[in-house]
Amino acid sequence: MERNYTKIWWQHCLAIVGFSVIPLLIVSTSLYIVFNKIYTDQVSETLLNRVEARRDTIDLFLSERISQIYTVAHTNRIHELADEAYLNKLFSIMHAKSDSYVDIGFIDAEGNHLAYVGPYHEILKSANYKNEPWFNAVMSQGIHISDVFMGYRHFPHFIIAVLIREKNERWILRLTINLKNIDDIVQKAWTGSLSEAFIVNRTNKLQTLPRFGGEYLAPPYYKIIRNNSQEKAIPYPDFSSAAKTRVKRISIQGHDAFIATSPIRNTRWILVTKESPNEILFSFMRGRNWTIFFTSMGLLVICTGAVLFTNALINRMKETDRENDANSDMLLQANKMIALSKMAAGIAHEVNNPLASISENAGWIKDLLADEDISSSPNFQEFSDSVTKIEQHVNRARKVIHNLLGFARRMEPEKEKINVNNLLDETTGFLENESRHVNIRIEKQYADDVPVITSDLSQIQQVVLNLLNNAIDAIGSDGVITVGSRYLEKSDEVEMWIADSGKGMSEAELNKIFDPFFTTKEMGKGTGLGLSISYSIIEKLGGKFKVQSKLGEGTKFTIILPKH
Amino acid sequence: MNNTIRVLIVDDEDDFRETIVKRLNARKLKAEGASGGRKALEILKEKEFDVMVLDVKMPDMDGIETLRHVKKLTPDVEVIMLTGHASVEFGLKGMQLGAFDYIMKPAPLTELLDTIGQAYNKKKEGA
Repeated sequence: MERNYTKIWWQHCLAIVGFSVIPLLIVSTSLYIVFNKIYTDQVSETLLNRVEARRDTIDLFLSERISQIYTVAHTNRIHELADEAYLNKLFSIMHAKSDSYVDIGFIDAEGNHLAYVGPYHEILKSANYKNEPWFNAVMSQGIHISDVFMGYRHFPHFIIAVLIREKNERWILRLTINLKNIDDIVQKAWTGSLSEAFIVNRTNKLQTLPRFGGEYLAPPYYKIIRNNSQEKAIPYPDFSSAAKTRVKRISIQGHDAFIATSPIRNTRWILVTKESPNEILFSFMRGRNWTIFFTSMGLLVICTGAVLFTNALINRMKETDRENDANSDMLLQANKMIALSKMAAGIAHEVNNPLASISENAGWIKDLLADEDISSSPNFQEFSDSVTKIEQHVNRARKVIHNLLGFARRMEPEKEKINVNNLLDETTGFLENESRHVNIRIEKQYADDVPVITSDLSQIQQVVLNLLNNAIDAIGSDGVITVGSRYLEKSDEVEMWIADSGKGMSEAELNKIFDPFFTTKEMGKGTGLGLSISYSIIEKLGGKFKVQSKLGEGTKFTIILPKH
Repeated sequence: MNNTIRVLIVDDEDDFRETIVKRLNARKLKAEGASGGRKALEILKEKEFDVMVLDVKMPDMDGIETLRHVKKLTPDVEVIMLTGHASVEFGLKGMQLGAFDYIMKPAPLTELLDTIGQAYNKKKEGA
């Protein structure tokens, strides 16, 4: 029975891999998920703290500016403020220790400049602000920080304005803040090489210059380069309605990002910072990569181990199967032998008695033919020939029976010391003349280190003689018989072989050669018992008897005997 | 004492026994047949024989049993065991019980004559 080794191989291999890989993957994946969560939470916390610190800095800056303007507005008289020379002196003092201001203007309730100090004197001195959004805001609220706008100067800037009331009249003191101050504070949030930070107003217009994409007063965008060097702008989501500080991990067109948003007090601005997970999660990513690496190595080791182990297992299984097959073959042969020897003994006995009677009666006739005066009979020669033939055939039958008995013999084998090479020499000696007649050369390949064995000399001799006879018969004439010996050190056994250059045998014949009565010789030439007897002799001596043959190339018989 | 060898053939196979008796007699031996163990013992009580050829396997009393009785009754008769069976054991057992030799059936008459001659010589030497 041939097993499907390939199928068993796969079953084993997959079972081993499955039972090891699944737990490994579960452990790795859950570790990854847990650490990812912890790390993300920690990073979010850090980002939240960072954005709040930035916002507080901006808050502080603006608060200081407001209080300074408020102080200036209410510690000076109206006519002093309306005096450009005075205002200039005042602005110089304010400007001396800070670069926070660009210019200063004093405006009446109709929106006309009463006094202006700054680099845009020519454009702005005659400007009227009555219809500007910030003018109305400050009129109604008393104090106002504007969004960034272009204004008459056509340059992005923002202003802080305070309303001054005296009696029933109203004036406005307006200061333009240097945008660079805000930009500087915001840009301090560009900690990593991929960090982004900017401020948008409630209509999602940029109030500061972002690091990667966008202009003042345009919506912010997240720029990436597409194929053919064509740049395509991908906008950020609209953060303009953010009401409180928060950190979110979002995906912008497939690009993972941590976004922190925080509204700035006193203004209608939102501070937005963006961090790339690749950067802030760098050490975590490295950890993840190591995990993937070690998991892969683990998988590799498991798979290799599974393959090697399964191979070893399958090989052992194949070997065992082969041995079992060989053993069951041998057992079958041995059982056959026992059954046949019983039968042979029975047949021998039953046939021998009648055979003895026939033999004796034929002998008696022969005796009578000699004694009586029958020699003159015209048929005397016929009688004589007939009786001789009867005797011949009884003799033939006797030989068959005696062979059968030899086959059935259950004698304890003798134990004597045998020099194998001498035994082979002696036995081939018996047949040297016969083989020389038909031009068959006997080649001897004896090993020198063959030890003396303890076994039954005459039985082994009988087997060798039988094999040599067969070899001569197989060749017919003109050929070579090789007789050899060697010592099998590993198993402490002695091997002898007799190979002929004869016609060889087919597979079908080879399967039957140890069966009693099977012969390839001509009718009447062989009993078909020689090899089966040889086989049982060698078995009884504890040895092995093997045959190899190929049609047209010859046959080789090998006898392996234990040393003791 | 003359030189004629007196032989008793014990075998249940009539054709075999009768023919062999005839053939031995024709060769100047004094042969007689017995168809079984008991018959042989009866004959031995009355007559003297030099050699006895005894088949191992017989129906009423087998060769080994007969041999025991013979060796008790007339120990100087030499016994040759005759066997048609693959019974080297029987042969050897017979030898242990005092048989002279054993011959496998069917044996050529010349072989039987030789063995009878040897047995006879041994008996003479012993006597």
